[in-house]
Amino acid sequence: MPVDIARMTKVFGRPESLTQARSTYCPGCHHGIITRIIGQTIDELGIAERTIGIAPVGCSVFAYLWYRCDALQAAHGRASAVATGLKRARPDLVVFSYQGDGDFASIGTAESIHAANRGENITVIFVNNQIYGMTGGEMAPTTLVGQHTATTPDGRDPATTGYPIRFSELIAQLDAPVYVTRQALYDTRRIMDCTKAVKKAFQNQVEGRGYSLVEILATCPTNWHMSPIQSNQHVADTVTKVFPLGDLVNRGA
Amino acid sequence: MRERYLLRGNEAIAESAIRAGCQCYFAYPITPQGELVEHMAHNMPRLGRTFIQAESEVAAINMVYGAAAAGVRTMTSSSSPGISLKQEGISYLAGANLPAVIVNVVRGGPGLGNIAPSQCDYFQAVKGGGHGDYHMIVLGPSTVPEAGELTMLAFDLADRYRTPVMILADGLLGQMMEPVELPAPIDMASLPAKEWAATGARGREPNIILSFDLSPDNLKKMNLALQAKYAEIRKNEVRYEEAETEDADIVIVAYGSTARIAKTVVRMARAEGIRLGLFRPITLWPYPYEPLRALADRVDTVLTVEMSAGQMWEDVRLAVAERANTPFYGEMGGIVPTPKEILTEVRKHAR
Ligand SMILES: Cc1ncc(C[n+]2csc(CCOP(=O)(O)OP(=O)(O)O)c2C)c(N)n1
Ligand code: SF4
Ligand SMILES: [Mg+2]
Repeated sequence: MPVDIARMTKVFGRPESLTQARSTYCPGCHHGIITRIIGQTIDELGIAERTIGIAPVGCSVFAYLWYRCDALQAAHGRASAVATGLKRARPDLVVFSYQGDGDFASIGTAESIHAANRGENITVIFVNNQIYGMTGGEMAPTTLVGQHTATTPDGRDPATTGYPIRFSELIAQLDAPVYVTRQALYDTRRIMDCTKAVKKAFQNQVEGRGYSLVEILATCPTNWHMSPIQSNQHVADTVTKVFPLGDLVNRGA
Repeated sequence: MRERYLLRGNEAIAESAIRAGCQCYFAYPITPQGELVEHMAHNMPRLGRTFIQAESEVAAINMVYGAAAAGVRTMTSSSSPGISLKQEGISYLAGANLPAVIVNVVRGGPGLGNIAPSQCDYFQAVKGGGHGDYHMIVLGPSTVPEAGELTMLAFDLADRYRTPVMILADGLLGQMMEPVELPAPIDMASLPAKEWAATGARGREPNIILSFDLSPDNLKKMNLALQAKYAEIRKNEVRYEEAETEDADIVIVAYGSTARIAKTVVRMARAEGIRLGLFRPITLWPYPYEPLRALADRVDTVLTVEMSAGQMWEDVRLAVAERANTPFYGEMGGIVPTPKEILTEVRKHAR
């Protein structure tokens, strides 16, 4: 039977606030899904004209290309400090930083913790793929024990490299943050949960509530040397054991 | 209307920044610029402006990056070890064409050094400091009133050229008290709008602020644009002072607190018949090479006096280019040379 396009209803489309720029991410990489979730959130809240995105250094260094919003590119690890300066200068704007696990939880440790501790009214999207994607798959502070990376060729050994850092739990210890949550994207249900969490994290800022952090367990099929499907399975079966999903802080609201 | 106050250099810089319309100030405490941070902590919130005691100098300069990107006037201050930590951020500011003011109240180095006055960060300030082919405008005040005036100027230059500007002071200037006339606060509404700033893409294409381009061809273009800007600054913004140089056989070249001491030396030398003058660079970048070269043609000796091992001396020799003798007299470790010591040095070169 021929398809009558005129009679079809659009149930799913590209968010308005995403540009047509070509993705720089590898096939199967979760960075792409997160980009879409943020775009959809910006659409739903109608904040594109007052949102400023802050791109980190990492595979998402090009994040300034994806949104029809003003954007900045920050030095490696400093996005939360840059977001602080911008938001304090213009509290009427909606400011989000997008940071990898190396960026947020290693080189940016001080900036990340202290922006949270001041309760800056910003939204932080923290993409935990347990690896340094951009530089070729080196160990991240979140790399699992025994995980093989370019700089832990025999597997991460806690005796010399410590353990995967649960950074969101560290931030959850602070008094100021209003929302700290860990989400994943390995199946539809998790994607829907994560979408809700991201929306809440933006909503909190729009309503002036304060600091929100969404950690997202993401895949890096390229540097994990797994297929995208194996990668999703690995997050579901193994990564979530070390990094349990769910809300760590949910104050008010 | 101008009002008269008795202020330390640190306070004059802080208060002038406020009058220049600084909306956001971020810093981490360090001696000898503590009064600057305290003045801002006290006054900025009362004016409804932003003061943050940052977790580090690295965080402070990156907060400056964010505030500058939003289009407001913004400043950070520190002293030598803290300024070292800001270098990455300064390079990013320069690369992203962001206006900002950075104050360095220099202390003895290297390493932790000490908290005494020094001019040992000259190279870091004028030759780069951070990575990449960039410059910032560097202003070297020599008195407390001038520290205030140059702070006002620094914000204007930063905006005009979309570049970081450094006030290179020293611990002596920071701590010294002098009567200062402060100008009335500027009318913020009179400043040109910053069309390039990240203020929300309403009715226009998004503004993107970055210091990054993976394509070598494009990055070369970004660099050429920076160099064109620097050429413009070199052409327009060279500032210096000459004192008693008309009939001089010898001139001292000195900046900052050292220049102030050298002025006393000029008087003492003249009293004993030595025709000594002073050449004082006010902009340390762009350096007043040409005027100094012209002066070198008329004198026998160009004596550089500095509180360092001879950092500005390199620029003096570049300027003089063998047209005169170029001896050097310096102190290190936070020791301030006395007029008598400098005069003894001058006598060695007198006719
Ligand atoms: C100061 C500095 N150090 C090191 C680097 C090199 N570098 C670029 S990205 C990166 C790691 C990024 O890893 P992550 O934040 O986890 O992001 P991902 O690529 O995994 O998304 C490093 C070390 C840099 N650009 N700047
Ligand atoms: S290297 Fe990994 S994190 Fe980076 S784009 Fe590819 S899959 Fe994604
Ligand atoms: Mg990573």
